[in-house]
Amino acid sequence: MGAIPEADPDEVLETKPFKFVTGYDARFPQQNQTKHCWQNYVDYYKCTTAKGEDFRPCKQFYHAFRSLCPKAWTDRWDGQREAGNFPVHLDK
Amino acid sequence: MFLHNYISKLQLDAPTPWGLFFQDSASPQMEGIEELHNNIMFYLAIILFTVTWMMISMIRNFLANKSPIAHKYMNHGTLIELIWTISPAFILILIAFPSFKLLYLMDEVMDPSLVVYAEGHQWYWSYQYPDFTNEDDEFIEFDSYIVPESDLEEGQFRMLEVDNRVIIPELTHTRIVISAADVIHSYACPSLGIKADAYPGRLNQASVYINRPGTFFGQCSEICGILHSSMPIAIQSVSIKDFLLWLREQMEG
Repeated sequence: MGAIPEADPDEVLETKPFKFVTGYDARFPQQNQTKHCWQNYVDYYKCTTAKGEDFRPCKQFYHAFRSLCPKAWTDRWDGQREAGNFPVHLDK
Repeated sequence: MFLHNYISKLQLDAPTPWGLFFQDSASPQMEGIEELHNNIMFYLAIILFTVTWMMISMIRNFLANKSPIAHKYMNHGTLIELIWTISPAFILILIAFPSFKLLYLMDEVMDPSLVVYAEGHQWYWSYQYPDFTNEDDEFIEFDSYIVPESDLEEGQFRMLEVDNRVIIPELTHTRIVISAADVIHSYACPSLGIKADAYPGRLNQASVYINRPGTFFGQCSEICGILHSSMPIAIQSVSIKDFLLWLREQMEG
């Protein structure tokens, strides 16, 4: 790992549209992004609780916390939500 | 800097013995830091010269045997006191303004194109690329350990080379999110002009925009235990195409 693989000269490269969502958020202009991650996690589950899993605008929050939060943190919060001791009421 | 690129194609991206100078910059931030440093050094030279000159001329002109009653007349002067109070204040303002300007420019994270999550452990760094997932919703995750001295190959840097380098595409706004798992570490890379403490339970961000390909080295910069010196940082900047090839290999492998 670490080495850059050789490009296959015969391979046809295709360009796909790609959009990143976790840009600058005026609520979190600081170096400290802990709340930025947390707020998006809470907002995503509040959003899906209110509007349902398939409500597409909720995905914005998902991409944001997915991109910012460490895996270990979201795994822990997922566990707390399932156990019912998540410190925020997601249905209010 | 512009001229420098024509003179030498060799860039200094790693520390050298007795290197009491900056490594060559690879990001606009580091260029800003160098600019500010040179700016402040200009004032420093003027102050050093002026103060030294004043001290020497005072000692020479007011020796006890040369002017025995100097203390009778050299005891008060409103004008000189105004000058030596106001001019340092003015110089401090001249230093403070570019300093704040740079500080807030560096703090600003532009809309980044990708996020790299760096986590400090005792004593290695681990990385995640959460923006790119495969079908199983997994993303790239790897640990980056130092290469021990016995395993070094010809041309590798002692105490700086790691087994898995961080690969970042050049000319891309990247947000590095920095945290720690156990104790306080600090993520630093002089060539890129970044240094941010890594705290457990806190996410710090640093903005990186690498403007040339290369491999840039840094070290943990907050004393974190016995092997603090053995958790170096190696960031490799590659073209976007090479980055995508690497990404694909990581996702499939």
